[in-house]
Amino acid sequence: MALDDRKSEFTFVGTRPDRPDGLDKVTGRAKFGADVSAPGMLHGAILRSPHAHARIVKIDASKAEAHKDVKAVVTRADFSDKVPFQPGLEGEFWNVLENVMAGEKALYDGHAVAAIAATSALAARDALKLIEVEYEVLPHVTDVDKAMASDAPVIREGAADYSVPEGMHPNVVRYHESGHGNVDAGFAEADLVIEDSFVTEATHQGYIEPHACLGMLGNDGKGELWCTTQGHWIAQKTCAALLGIETSQLRVTASEIGGGFGGKTTVFIEPVALALSRKANRPVKLVMSRSEVFRATGPTSSASMDIKIGMKKDGTISAAQGVFRLQGGAFPGAPGDMTAMCAFAPYNLTNVKQIGYDVMANRPKQAAYRAPGAPMGAFAVESVIDELCKKLGLDPVDVRLKNAAHEGTQASYGPTYERIGLVETLEAAKAHPHYSAPLKPGQGRGISCGFWFNHGGETSVSLALSEDGSAQLMVGTPDIGGSRASMALMAAEVLGIPYENIRVTIADTASLGYNDVSHGSRVTYASGLATIKAARHAVERLCGRAAAKWGIPVDAVKWEDGCAVPSGPNAGDFDPMPLADITADMGATGGPISGHFEATPEGAGVSFGTHIVDAEVDPETGKTSVTRYTVIQDAGKAIHPTYVEGQYQGGAAQGIGWALNEEYVYGEDGRLQNSIFLDYRIPVASDLPMIDTVIVEVPNPGHPFGVRGVGETGIVPPLAAIANAVSHAAGVRMRQLPMSPPRILAALKDNG
Amino acid sequence: MSKFHVSTTVNGDAVEYLCDPRETLLDCLRDKLNLTGAKEGCGTGDCGACSVSVDGRLVCSCLMLGVEAEGKQIDTVEGIAEGDVLHPLQKNFIEHAALQCGVCTPGILVAAKSLLEKNPSPTEEEARYWLAGNLCRCTGYDKIIRAVMETAEELREAS
Repeated sequence: MALDDRKSEFTFVGTRPDRPDGLDKVTGRAKFGADVSAPGMLHGAILRSPHAHARIVKIDASKAEAHKDVKAVVTRADFSDKVPFQPGLEGEFWNVLENVMAGEKALYDGHAVAAIAATSALAARDALKLIEVEYEVLPHVTDVDKAMASDAPVIREGAADYSVPEGMHPNVVRYHESGHGNVDAGFAEADLVIEDSFVTEATHQGYIEPHACLGMLGNDGKGELWCTTQGHWIAQKTCAALLGIETSQLRVTASEIGGGFGGKTTVFIEPVALALSRKANRPVKLVMSRSEVFRATGPTSSASMDIKIGMKKDGTISAAQGVFRLQGGAFPGAPGDMTAMCAFAPYNLTNVKQIGYDVMANRPKQAAYRAPGAPMGAFAVESVIDELCKKLGLDPVDVRLKNAAHEGTQASYGPTYERIGLVETLEAAKAHPHYSAPLKPGQGRGISCGFWFNHGGETSVSLALSEDGSAQLMVGTPDIGGSRASMALMAAEVLGIPYENIRVTIADTASLGYNDVSHGSRVTYASGLATIKAARHAVERLCGRAAAKWGIPVDAVKWEDGCAVPSGPNAGDFDPMPLADITADMGATGGPISGHFEATPEGAGVSFGTHIVDAEVDPETGKTSVTRYTVIQDAGKAIHPTYVEGQYQGGAAQGIGWALNEEYVYGEDGRLQNSIFLDYRIPVASDLPMIDTVIVEVPNPGHPFGVRGVGETGIVPPLAAIANAVSHAAGVRMRQLPMSPPRILAALKDNG
Repeated sequence: MSKFHVSTTVNGDAVEYLCDPRETLLDCLRDKLNLTGAKEGCGTGDCGACSVSVDGRLVCSCLMLGVEAEGKQIDTVEGIAEGDVLHPLQKNFIEHAALQCGVCTPGILVAAKSLLEKNPSPTEEEARYWLAGNLCRCTGYDKIIRAVMETAEELREAS
């Protein structure tokens, strides 16, 4: 049989059918994390530290344990006969354990210190008050620059790895340096050098569904877990490690997921529910409140950055240098390396150097948030490029085109780019009516480019055919934004059967091999690639059955439009044999027909976008309105274009929130002051304009249909593009996010 | 604490439940009546994911006590479709891809239905302000607003 590996003309791919789970989601039928219950179920609740940094001297849970409605209490150092959590863990498992249940110290406001399972949610909440915790309050630090200063309180000695240069504060736990060329020589060649500093505050992913799970674990070490997660295999592996059971004995089922954006790529309450369940020997449901989500789950990092860029009069960037300090909470993991590597990645630079710091502070453990680390760096770098363009009288799109990376460019972070689509997005920006539309008085226009790596990751997919010719596709990546539709489109394309005849299921951990998380913009790329190859595997077997029926060799059969056909005139004269004719009697012709594929695909294909924003600033109130927004991004190949547009629009909206309003506000006492949606205000419908999109398609050579992931890049340019627009509108350069009304008023005042 | 007996009507069905006076209408719908379409996104009336209609008025069911439902007519997302026929809003939300994760969708559908009952010809701005109490973190609202405006037009043409 002949199957071309690459495909450029499509029947199903590129169409816009209704999503397979649409009915469930518009009728309230879809089951999210908190929507299930079990017979005999208990309700869990977690006691959290009110202190930013404190030694836990003593926990007395005796009154809670004696309460008639309480069936289990767990702490890290439980004095019962059963150890709730596995001792002796190392590395990231230890970090996660320390985060889900504090050990010797509470490390941030909201850090879990004990948990209860009781007969009702109200009883559990009430019984928390019976737990007495004695704290010795310690000095704390929440700001990144202060956390690096020599007099900063030490969060944890010995947390730094080998990469950190000698002499740095113990709160600096990882160091990254990369680049090429000679930046000093490059700066000497420049006609203008601008050096500036920028600050961004931590923001939260802000998914509308709080973390929720239902866990059951028996003393036989076998368990079941239902949870809202971006990746149930990582939940399985982590929970098993933390609880000291075998991974395979814990079956995890992913619920429908009410948003994640990176924030649901790890565990928080899941191991606690299982520990409570094991102790009480009953199922335990745990659901976070919104305040718990803000206080104790991963926001993104806050950042402090210094940028220096040299430019020639013709717009050529002669050298670029950046220092990026990222605060990631009380654990290692802030993506200072990612920020550094992404910051200059859109440009073809002779001389570039970037340094990233991962810094700990008394805040919740940062989690990934859509292109983690990249938006902050882009904000700083693209602001300086904009300022250079302004001072040199150059068009910002032309300057970016002049310096744009292309196929063969050595990336600022090392590798050489394959075919990429940055130039195409810039050309589309220049040609877009938005870019030449007149501005009203008080308005400013900003543009920015953005880059994200994209990711492959472990992927395992199975496809089973039914006798009637329909297909069941099992993928392991939770559907966070319509991916069932794109999977079904890709399978339909290969099998040649209607989209509607394919049922896509997000399989549990017992049904497939390990699947990496729905992150890294990897789902349509990696699960899509595996779906295509699993479908091709099934097609090979279908061709085999047809060959046997016709009595010809299998390589004399090919697959066309859902039918086995002879591969050429010499193969014989047979009518096309439709898929359903082959599956109808497959039980008698060799048994069930399935396809399977698993791998760790490496060709994710890097991603670029360019955004254009118009903003209007009210000089009296300092309020900014985004009046027009256009997203242009390379999708490689858009499988379901409507959902690609949705990713672009969602990324832009989150970026608008980050740029203009969202921030974690800590008091002098180190407590989070805005832990509800009223005070941490994400964009609402009346804040936003329609968000226009342009899908550029420069096929990714690493995917059979050319797909590049599109989920994350959309949040990289907005911070800078909006800051550039606001800076032009206000007539003053904005160097700190969010550009909230008080900050804008202060900047206008300072500017006279 | 002793529980209160509540008789009420949900999506046209007479129902009864026993509830603690501290439990919200949302708790009662979800935990006692198994109507899990309404979601708790915040518990403070800021996100609108728990939106329901009470005697024709749009409310956050997390801000109303279960005992207050006595004798009321409650309508939830589970009651929007008529049998197997989807409401035009539901149909258009699917067709316009006005949902990504779908967790805010039940609340937005209830709120949008309430809008169109009160104002069959909303401007885009009116639709945006009416839905400003319903947070969506996935879509940027673009496709939601388009689906609502399209539905308004369809309903006007049909009437």
